[in-house]
Amino acid sequence: MTTSTNLVYLIALPLFSSGLLLLLGRKADKWGHIFATLVSGSVFIIGILEFFAMQGREGEARAATQKLFEWISVGSFQVDAALLLDQLSICFVLLISGVGTLIHIYSIAYMSHDRDRRRFFAYLNLFIAAMLLLVLGDSYLNLYVGWEGVGLASYLLIGFWNQKPAYATAAKKAFVANRVGDVGLSLAIMIAFTQFGTVTFAGVKEGASGASAGALTAIGAMLLLAAAGKSAQFPLQSWLGDAMAGPTPVSALIHAATMVTAGVYLITRSNFIFDASPTAQLMVVVVGAITLLFGALIGTAKDDIKKALAASTMSQIGYMILATGLGPVGYAFAIMHLITHGFFKAGMFLGAGSVMHGMNDEVNMRRYGGLRKMMPITAATFGLGYLAILGVPPFAGFYSKDKIIETAFDSGGVQGVLLGSITLLGAGITAFYMTRVMVLTFAGTKRWDENAHPHESPFLMWAPMAVLAVGSVASGFLLNSGSALVNWLEPVVNENHEHHAGHLLPPIVVSIMALTVVAIGVAIAVLKYRTVPAVAPEDVLGITKAARKDLYQDSFNEAVFMRPGQKLTAGLVNTDYKVIDGLVRLVGWIVQISASSLRNIQNGFVRSYALIMVLGVLALVAAVWMVTL
Amino acid sequence: MLTAPKLDYALLAPILVILGAALIGVLVEAFIKQAWRARMQLVIALGAIVVSFNLLVRVRNQGSSIAAVTSVSIDGAGMFLQGAVLIFAFLGILVIADQDNFVPQASALPGSAEEAAAIQAGKQQTEVFPLTLFAVAGMMLFPVATDFITLFVALEVLSLPLYLMAGLSRRRRLLSQEAALKYFLLGAYSSAFFLFGAALLYGYSGTISLNGLTDAIRGSGGNDVFLLLGITFLSVGLLFKVGAVPFHSWTPDVYQGAPTPITGFMAAATKAAAFGATLRIFYLGLDAAQTSWKPFIAVISVITMIVGSIAAISQRDMKRMLAYSSIAHAGFILTAIVSLNENALSAALFYLFAYGVATIGAFAIVTMVRDSAGEVSDVNRWVGLGKKSPLVASVFSLFLLSFAGIPLTSGFVGKFSIFSAAYESGNITLVVVGVLSSAIAVFFYLRVILMLFFADATNDSISVVIPSVLTRISISICAIFTILLGIAPSLLFDIAQDFAYFLR
Repeated sequence: MTTSTNLVYLIALPLFSSGLLLLLGRKADKWGHIFATLVSGSVFIIGILEFFAMQGREGEARAATQKLFEWISVGSFQVDAALLLDQLSICFVLLISGVGTLIHIYSIAYMSHDRDRRRFFAYLNLFIAAMLLLVLGDSYLNLYVGWEGVGLASYLLIGFWNQKPAYATAAKKAFVANRVGDVGLSLAIMIAFTQFGTVTFAGVKEGASGASAGALTAIGAMLLLAAAGKSAQFPLQSWLGDAMAGPTPVSALIHAATMVTAGVYLITRSNFIFDASPTAQLMVVVVGAITLLFGALIGTAKDDIKKALAASTMSQIGYMILATGLGPVGYAFAIMHLITHGFFKAGMFLGAGSVMHGMNDEVNMRRYGGLRKMMPITAATFGLGYLAILGVPPFAGFYSKDKIIETAFDSGGVQGVLLGSITLLGAGITAFYMTRVMVLTFAGTKRWDENAHPHESPFLMWAPMAVLAVGSVASGFLLNSGSALVNWLEPVVNENHEHHAGHLLPPIVVSIMALTVVAIGVAIAVLKYRTVPAVAPEDVLGITKAARKDLYQDSFNEAVFMRPGQKLTAGLVNTDYKVIDGLVRLVGWIVQISASSLRNIQNGFVRSYALIMVLGVLALVAAVWMVTL
Repeated sequence: MLTAPKLDYALLAPILVILGAALIGVLVEAFIKQAWRARMQLVIALGAIVVSFNLLVRVRNQGSSIAAVTSVSIDGAGMFLQGAVLIFAFLGILVIADQDNFVPQASALPGSAEEAAAIQAGKQQTEVFPLTLFAVAGMMLFPVATDFITLFVALEVLSLPLYLMAGLSRRRRLLSQEAALKYFLLGAYSSAFFLFGAALLYGYSGTISLNGLTDAIRGSGGNDVFLLLGITFLSVGLLFKVGAVPFHSWTPDVYQGAPTPITGFMAAATKAAAFGATLRIFYLGLDAAQTSWKPFIAVISVITMIVGSIAAISQRDMKRMLAYSSIAHAGFILTAIVSLNENALSAALFYLFAYGVATIGAFAIVTMVRDSAGEVSDVNRWVGLGKKSPLVASVFSLFLLSFAGIPLTSGFVGKFSIFSAAYESGNITLVVVGVLSSAIAVFFYLRVILMLFFADATNDSISVVIPSVLTRISISICAIFTILLGIAPSLLFDIAQDFAYFLR
């Protein structure tokens, strides 16, 4: 371990900037966005410097820590506010600050007509600070602070245009769904503390080797619940689609590239828990597999471009979660997919924002069509992201997604075949819905109405898209060459180089299968959407109807949780009012009576005060007398 | 033949500086033009406090020792409380400097033509600064004094200026003068008890020093009528100063009548000093006789907590409510005396500081809420203040939350540590009563917050005056301390733990 003194700036700078912009208010309107972008940029530069410094160190010394202050010290419960920058967290630091800075730049133009642009940037900086704290905390409790912080930033940004009630509701929905997950995280922390007496990653890791299977499974399950909430995984996935109410740069940064991947980080960071508990691992795999199909299916029927992309995000994170459930081999591939996904999905969201920017904020893809001529740069960058998510070689997704499919097949037995097939099927559906988005938006004939004047976005908007497109092209190859990322992460995730059980299918076969499935998906989409009706047809298959309604996730939640919950609440309120409040009112009444009688003693006459004192003295003397006799 | 005792002036310097500055202040009153006085007095007072604090830090670095043979012992707890008193004095004087709270000419009859003329002439009673400094000197001596004569002198030095200052309120002068007179009479009364107790203890042990008393108790066993009566009477004097039930009756009247800045200073600093002396006497001098005094101090602690919390509920006056709240706090701190262990001592030190800053801040805010006739201390008229002046109302709520012991404020940490020390020492009953009465207390703190924010403003002419820069600084510092010590309590807690010892 190396001791560093610089880590705190990664968090302190954006936090300070956020506070400053919020406190100064309108006074900072002129320069707030520039300032916030510069701060984000400097955090990125610090991140790069730390990365090179880390490369210069070897072995154990690579991880750096910084103790900020003793946070809680109560009896045996000792928690320091301390930061840990290791091989895993540096990946996130670079992704968050890098993509974050690009999105800051993009937002300068995207939000230029919004009178609250400064506040928007203050929230963005707040998000950066909280997210960096999340990945830099050296204990579950520090992580928890960041975890709540990103939740807050996400809430504020989804509801940024809260003058529209639907958007405010969306923010609330995200908040509530996240709270359910947060309860899981806090329970996990509490169980860990009672079991191991510590909540630091190092301490829990040490304790995990000797802990009972039941405890580990409980912690694992609770961590998975937390991850499901934050990463929009089954069964807490319902908020992500509505979260698209936020401004598009927010969707790109928070709800595609970074915050929603926090669940993947949490599970990877807690690898020592999951590796020791096969039950918890199985739960992770199941959740990942369900979500990747769930999201993909929803994606096939959405006409709102952002909701289609959101469903895709859900599905892709399903891949990552699934990979983390596959044990030590899977973590590095999950992180690799996370990074490549960060590039191509953020790029595509920015592309969607660019399209909306040119189309008067129209989000219905049935009212697009043929936009490649009007927006060549957007179409090109979006297209590169599209190729990346499909997994076409040599684009980024090919390396990361194929590795996950391979690992799924290799996990052995029936489970391996099943998981492999699910991931393959997912890839096929992905190809279908992404092609659908491409075709509806950029190909075909124009379907927009007379008032729309689509045009290419300004430089400040397409430049970040171009940079992200470069990432969509090259990041997979770079991370994969010589197993760079796998080796880099090895000390954190304990990957030992023995080959596990060998390959079920040779990698080349898996790749060919995947490409075949993708080709089929693309072909179906292209054939199906040669002509597009401007209004969604009603006579469709049941599955499409279900997918349009998000596979009835909201109706389910309403029927199973909300209504019975409301009934329970009403019942409790009634009991509370009649029984508990009754008792409280009785106690309160007694207290009131004694209060007013005490008030009477306080009559304002010195002589009675002196008398009370004398009586007090006599009582004391009597008491002492009795005690000592 | 008498030999002069050896005095270590370096260790006494922090007190001497304050006394010197107070004397200079008196000279300023005599020789400097009226127009310059207020400003000069302020500079002298604040300067003396800063110098004194620096000297105190230097003393601390030298380590603790006996400063004057058996009379003064500059040790950990003593230095901590001296520092606390200095900080309170600094914050208090910043508020006191707003002379609008004080009578222009104390000698003029309330409502007389003379008074009107004094107001017209813009006169100021700037003596309040040297008086404060004299009180501060007494408060710094009280917690480090180790014999009964010094204790008594310190007690009087700190009390007499407070009696005077309590009568200086600019508005509702009759109430203020009545409060001052009550405070003086009852204070004299309790001082007599203190002195009588000291005399009995001298009769028992043949010595006036706490060390000698301990030796005597150890030597003879602690079951002597003189000793027991002495302890009881001495306790009465101390319990009066800290405002414990049933010796509390002066508190609400005096807190209400005194000029509000003085109330804030007095509530914070007197409590720190008096508890300092009380802790020293019980921890050091009477430790050996603990079986005879622990039960009655425990009982007093219990009734103090309960009566303070309950009586506060029926109060309609903000200052009286805060007075009862301070009584309840005295009860909480008294548990630390019963616990009689090192953790309790450090917890009490932390508590005194946390309570003190919140108190000064809260009373400073009371000075700001006014109508055309001056301060409005009627609770019901604060309704809706949160909408008129959100910042002021929020900060006031912060202090109330700290009094109530809500987490993330310093008050929570104080309560938590003082109750956990009591629990450690096996006084479960005290903890239960403490927590229950805290729960009662939350009711009236939260009621005020509810009134501030969630009730509609009545169509009333109260407003928040924009305070002087100095008052603003004082309130800000108090608020920062309150939050900071709630979020990162170890900043002060570690210091309190290092300082939690008495030197025999």
